[in-house]
Amino acid sequence: MASSPASAASEEEAVKAAKVLMVGAGGIGCELLKTLALSGFRDIHIIDLDTIEVSNLNRQFLFRQSHVGQSKAHVARDAVLKFRPNINITSYHANVKDAQFNVEFFKQFNVVLNGLDNLDARRHVNRLCLAAEVPLVESGTTGFLGQAAGGRIPLSHEQNSQVTVHVKGKTECYECQPKPVPKSYPVCTITSTPSKFVHCIVWAKELLFAKMFGDKNQDNDLNVRSNESGTSKSDVFERNADEDLDQYARRIYDHVFGYNIEVALENEETWKNRRRPNPIYIRDTLPEEAIRQNGSSRDINNEQEEPSAMVSLGLRNPQEIWSLADNSRVFLEALKLFFEKREKEIGNLVFDKDDQLAVEFVTTAANIRASSFGIPLHSLFEAKGVAGNIVHAVATTNAIIAGLIVIEAIKVLHGDYKKYRMTYCLEHPSRKMLLMPIEPFEPNKSCYVCSETPLLLEVNTKTTKLREVIEKIIKSKLGMNLPLVMIGSTLVFEDGEGLEEDEAANYALNLEKVLAELPAPVVNDTKLTVEDFQQELSCSINIKHRDEFDEEKEPDGMVLSGWSAPVEKQVTSNGGNQSVASSSGADYADGIVEDISTKPGMKRKLDEVLELKENCDASSSAQVVEDDDDDDLVMLDENPKLAKKKRWQ
Amino acid sequence: MGGGGGAEEELTAQETALYDRQIRVWGVDAQKRLSKAHVLVCGMNGTTTEFCKNIVLAGVGSLSLMDDHLVTEDDLNANFLIPHDESIYGGRSRAEVCCESLKDFNPMVRVAVEKGDPSLIDGEFLDKFDIIVVSCASIKTKLLINDNCRKRSKHIAFYAIECKDSCGEIFVDLQNHSYVQKVGGEPKPKELAYPSLQEAISVPWKNLPRKTTKLYFAMRVLENYESSVGRNACEASLCDLPAVLALRKDMCDKMSLSESQIPTALLERLLAAGKKQHPPVCAILGGILGQEVIKSISGKGDPIKNFFYYDAADGKGIAEDIPPLSSD
Repeated sequence: MASSPASAASEEEAVKAAKVLMVGAGGIGCELLKTLALSGFRDIHIIDLDTIEVSNLNRQFLFRQSHVGQSKAHVARDAVLKFRPNINITSYHANVKDAQFNVEFFKQFNVVLNGLDNLDARRHVNRLCLAAEVPLVESGTTGFLGQAAGGRIPLSHEQNSQVTVHVKGKTECYECQPKPVPKSYPVCTITSTPSKFVHCIVWAKELLFAKMFGDKNQDNDLNVRSNESGTSKSDVFERNADEDLDQYARRIYDHVFGYNIEVALENEETWKNRRRPNPIYIRDTLPEEAIRQNGSSRDINNEQEEPSAMVSLGLRNPQEIWSLADNSRVFLEALKLFFEKREKEIGNLVFDKDDQLAVEFVTTAANIRASSFGIPLHSLFEAKGVAGNIVHAVATTNAIIAGLIVIEAIKVLHGDYKKYRMTYCLEHPSRKMLLMPIEPFEPNKSCYVCSETPLLLEVNTKTTKLREVIEKIIKSKLGMNLPLVMIGSTLVFEDGEGLEEDEAANYALNLEKVLAELPAPVVNDTKLTVEDFQQELSCSINIKHRDEFDEEKEPDGMVLSGWSAPVEKQVTSNGGNQSVASSSGADYADGIVEDISTKPGMKRKLDEVLELKENCDASSSAQVVEDDDDDDLVMLDENPKLAKKKRWQ
Repeated sequence: MGGGGGAEEELTAQETALYDRQIRVWGVDAQKRLSKAHVLVCGMNGTTTEFCKNIVLAGVGSLSLMDDHLVTEDDLNANFLIPHDESIYGGRSRAEVCCESLKDFNPMVRVAVEKGDPSLIDGEFLDKFDIIVVSCASIKTKLLINDNCRKRSKHIAFYAIECKDSCGEIFVDLQNHSYVQKVGGEPKPKELAYPSLQEAISVPWKNLPRKTTKLYFAMRVLENYESSVGRNACEASLCDLPAVLALRKDMCDKMSLSESQIPTALLERLLAAGKKQHPPVCAILGGILGQEVIKSISGKGDPIKNFFYYDAADGKGIAEDIPPLSSD
């Protein structure tokens, strides 16, 4: 590693003495833990909330079939100790956002290494590292470096990954560049006018599945009108006391795919410039089975196995696109199996991509709806990818990324500040490079996380409730976990445990008040202070009152500026949107869906690099050749035209 | 398993579940091709260990390991397949111990030991494989195996990989390789013709572009030195520096290259490395090689033609095409 024996020896010492924290024991985590152990690290702490799944085993090589269901952090630790028994690995089967992992906890480490795949946890770790002043090495990948997929799986244009070093005050922090947030869709697109398969998936997962099997008290935009006469208050989705299961399933089917569409069609205005959907009724899709009744006599061979509608119907290939009739059969069967085999869970279910029956239900519901709206149908395999925001992940990319992380970590420990690099793993070589090192960027002076610039919030203070500001801005946009809101010296809200009962009641009251009516009124020019003690992050928000907001362009009814707005960008094309707002738990893993190709800041820089390459290749090859030394690296300024090379060492 | 439903062409339910995430990357077709590919690795060290892990996880049909050397303490350095327990590895060959660990990684891949000496491999034996990877062997052995691969009527892809501490080199010979290239989302069939190892290492240096990576030249000097004194790869050490520098001068003079293109400091680093391999560099090289082998088997994506270099000192991973097309 080092260029001289002396520095090699001091590097070795630095590595031996280091105490490092790894967050995530998934795809990158497994590779990272192995490479750290081999590289001579002796004190490694590792946090991961997840347990092992079968679909992890193709790359998370420290895990075996027999470990399925166990803690990733603990199993990874034990596996590495087998080939490096004399080092210390401390594992935590816990969420990195837990209170125990506070700034004090972070301060004990010399460097923090992230192997996370979700924005939320990464922002949290970034803030703790800034507060604790511990360097952070970050990484991101979306799959195979070398190519996109074949077959029908839509994939992104380029699948690049990178490793970055974030050191407070020296390099940009993780949040200095805008980060994408999960894409969300206008409610009416989902409930009334879907035009893409992903809209049908969101409808099936967030509305229908949640309505049928989730928490009944949750707000749900699914159309629940039972019928014109409005006979009773009873919910059409409730199964009547002695209703036959088969009949119930068919009733639901007809209601959501038939009746609801008919109702929607009545609104002529909606369909003026749109293709009109077709109502779908079970008597049309499965006429031959209309007479067949008894749903409980079906013979399910193995009671032990996870119930699966496709298996009990003899459908084997998840890659195949099923006909509308098959989708309808699987839909009815899945619905019935939930009631027959998993009745106890009904009311508490949240969609999970690893829940076969849930995937079957959502896939087929989405396909039937797609069919109604003239949208192409998809296979279960594809639908599962869309519904579960599945990360495309392979071992090779993770291994490379982990190697690069360790190389940067050693530089951090050895204090080689000048040698820090952000390294891109490119799908296609650029200037002959597949691994392209770039000098790290300086901190963004207007970053609300690592600088002290105030933010500006335009909001209608007379109609907006504090709750909305907290949910939509402070938690969702600023990524705070347990926020506290102050107006001048008046505390109007605090989140978290250990509140006195009367305080809690008071805050609950404030939540429902509009801003102008809070104990300390928020009007034009009021300054809010919001803090998260756990993250040791505090920011100021200047309020600007505004009466009107554009519903389409400003759906929050508020506009936050002075903060780098997340950009919604699709990873995939034709229906394989990766950034569907998802309720499924993000796994600590490998690929980072929201990163890389969707990370506009990074992308921008990469584009500049590539642009530089184009320039070099096309016209000014002299720029490259004139320099005889190939120890050059690409330096990028804000303006790509100013991109220049700089010698180092 | 899998029942009688699908033809043998279909992946089993077990395979679909295990390989779910990677099928989303390279497709079902590539996965099926992988499961029919047979790979031979000669020489087990940190880098090839990483490579083996990657392709066993990916789900190749079979992996055979050839390395009769008994495991010594040195081998533990960058190798996570060898348990830290002499009672397990003592008296056993590298191939045997690594094979045992690799078997665990993926029950659907056959991992086996091939006893023998890579320098004696004959042509017919090679026909059992689709991919040959050679490491820690002399240049003579590599040339022989590469030549034998090329003589077979069966298409056998050849790779040589060496890691010297923080530096690494991968050589690729896919002979005539047809594959599908993605251009703006559109698949396009493409053909590449690779030079042999012999052709790739004996290009007159003056024909190479000035920006050719210094590692290419440095590796040729070391290779030449090792074979002139009858040593295996990575057996030279810092004591050999004066002789290596003399050889550098000799080669540079003959081929009209400035000696500054092969810095003394670089040769020093490579010699000082000896057999030492920096584990993160092994992970990077083994990852790149794994990727290349998957590309070659699946026939999807641009493969490296025909060298790859990585140096942790500057962090660059560079693909070189040698000899360059124009010089032929």
